[in-house]
Amino acid sequence: MVAIPSRHKSLVLLTGVILLQVLLLAVQIKRDSQGRLIRVWTVGAVTPFERAGATGIGSIRGIWNHYFALQNTSRENERLRHENDTLKLQLNQLQSKAAEADRLAALLNFRQAHQNVPMLGARVIGTSADTASQTIYIDRGERDGIRRNMGVITPDGVVGKVIESYRDTSQVLLLTDKDSGVGALLVDSRIQSPVGGAGEPLLTMKYVPNDDNVNLGDRVVTSGMDRIFPRDLPVGTVSQIKAGNPFKQIRIRPAANLERLEEVIVLLSLQPLELKKDAGTPAAEAVGKSAPGQGKTEKP
Amino acid sequence: MNDTYDLRIGESHIEVHKFRGGTIAAAMIVALFLQTSVPVYFPKFAVLDLPLLLTIYFGLSRRNPSTGLLLGMTIGLLQDSLSGPTVPLGLYGIAKTIVGYLASSIGARLDTEHPIARFALTIVFFGLHQGVIVVTRRLLLAQPEVWFTMRMGIGAAVNAVVGVLLFMLLDRLRKN
Repeated sequence: MVAIPSRHKSLVLLTGVILLQVLLLAVQIKRDSQGRLIRVWTVGAVTPFERAGATGIGSIRGIWNHYFALQNTSRENERLRHENDTLKLQLNQLQSKAAEADRLAALLNFRQAHQNVPMLGARVIGTSADTASQTIYIDRGERDGIRRNMGVITPDGVVGKVIESYRDTSQVLLLTDKDSGVGALLVDSRIQSPVGGAGEPLLTMKYVPNDDNVNLGDRVVTSGMDRIFPRDLPVGTVSQIKAGNPFKQIRIRPAANLERLEEVIVLLSLQPLELKKDAGTPAAEAVGKSAPGQGKTEKP
Repeated sequence: MNDTYDLRIGESHIEVHKFRGGTIAAAMIVALFLQTSVPVYFPKFAVLDLPLLLTIYFGLSRRNPSTGLLLGMTIGLLQDSLSGPTVPLGLYGIAKTIVGYLASSIGARLDTEHPIARFALTIVFFGLHQGVIVVTRRLLLAQPEVWFTMRMGIGAAVNAVVGVLLFMLLDRLRKN
């Protein structure tokens, strides 16, 4: 055995520990990095605290809002907010029968056309521990039927997809993450192009040629080509357009408020959602394709 | 031999702080819990890196490089585990291992109890931490990463201010 001087022991330990972690990184680069045991253990150890924290914070906020600050106004506000959500869904249902590719109608249409598609409400209980990735944790997991690659939405639009499912918790990759993407199309021009995250609040739409006409405020919906989300779910609106080479640089403002998510809906299906084939006109096709408002939806 | 002798003389002038049993583990869990939970309600909280602040504090206090680097590695790997798919296991682990080692090495040589020293050291370690992450991403993961953004600058200042206050709070948990 070669004796290591005691003053160098920590340096040797530092080198060893860093080399081990570099090897760990290398292993992950070669393989699929999902489902590591340490992730499962750590998430399993921390999420109970997050769950308890979410419940505790919710209770404290509830007590404060209901008994100390603006006792009646706060309660009324909360009731109106729930009522507003319900009315928004009902409004979508009506609009979906009248117009093709209407942003909110797409969600309603989808659910009408796919009444047997089960959905599940979930509460957001945590976020990523770093600033580089855009993920959230929800309080539903494998026991509730959630699996990897299931789509996650809100009544406002697409949120992301499930990237890891644990027993009682799931990790959702938000649309704004650099690794995220969704098949999308522009409502007015029907131009198809994937929309992805850039690690910033705005999304990017790629591969739209400079010759194609795109206007600020144009609505973007899912194209269904990714086989995760059904067609015509709202993705966002065009907020910036710059000429590029050879494609335009288009930035999209997400339809769902991804920075303030508290409740989401998980689409409990891994099967590609087939569209109705009896639609003739584009409008009728859109109505046939999608309709929200039905299916098994639980409020968290 | 002379170096070792001098170092020991140096160390004898600097107090090594110990903590009550379970304090470090509990602080780590609380920091990770806050880091992942609070931004749900207050998104701006994400600018703080509480695991980094703990790594710096316990490194400076314990003044044992081996302990400091192992603590940094542990909290870094836990942070990696709770991060998204763009953060492979080891990214924050490596950065915090190095920060833990250097913090405890500096802590063994300098008096780092003064708030101004703590403020400056936190800024330096925050910058070093970001630098290691950028280097790791560029060299090992082949991912494009910018060296500096305004957000990082603000993050360094905010973390340093919060760090000084947090360190004063953590001082109360010391045994001696």
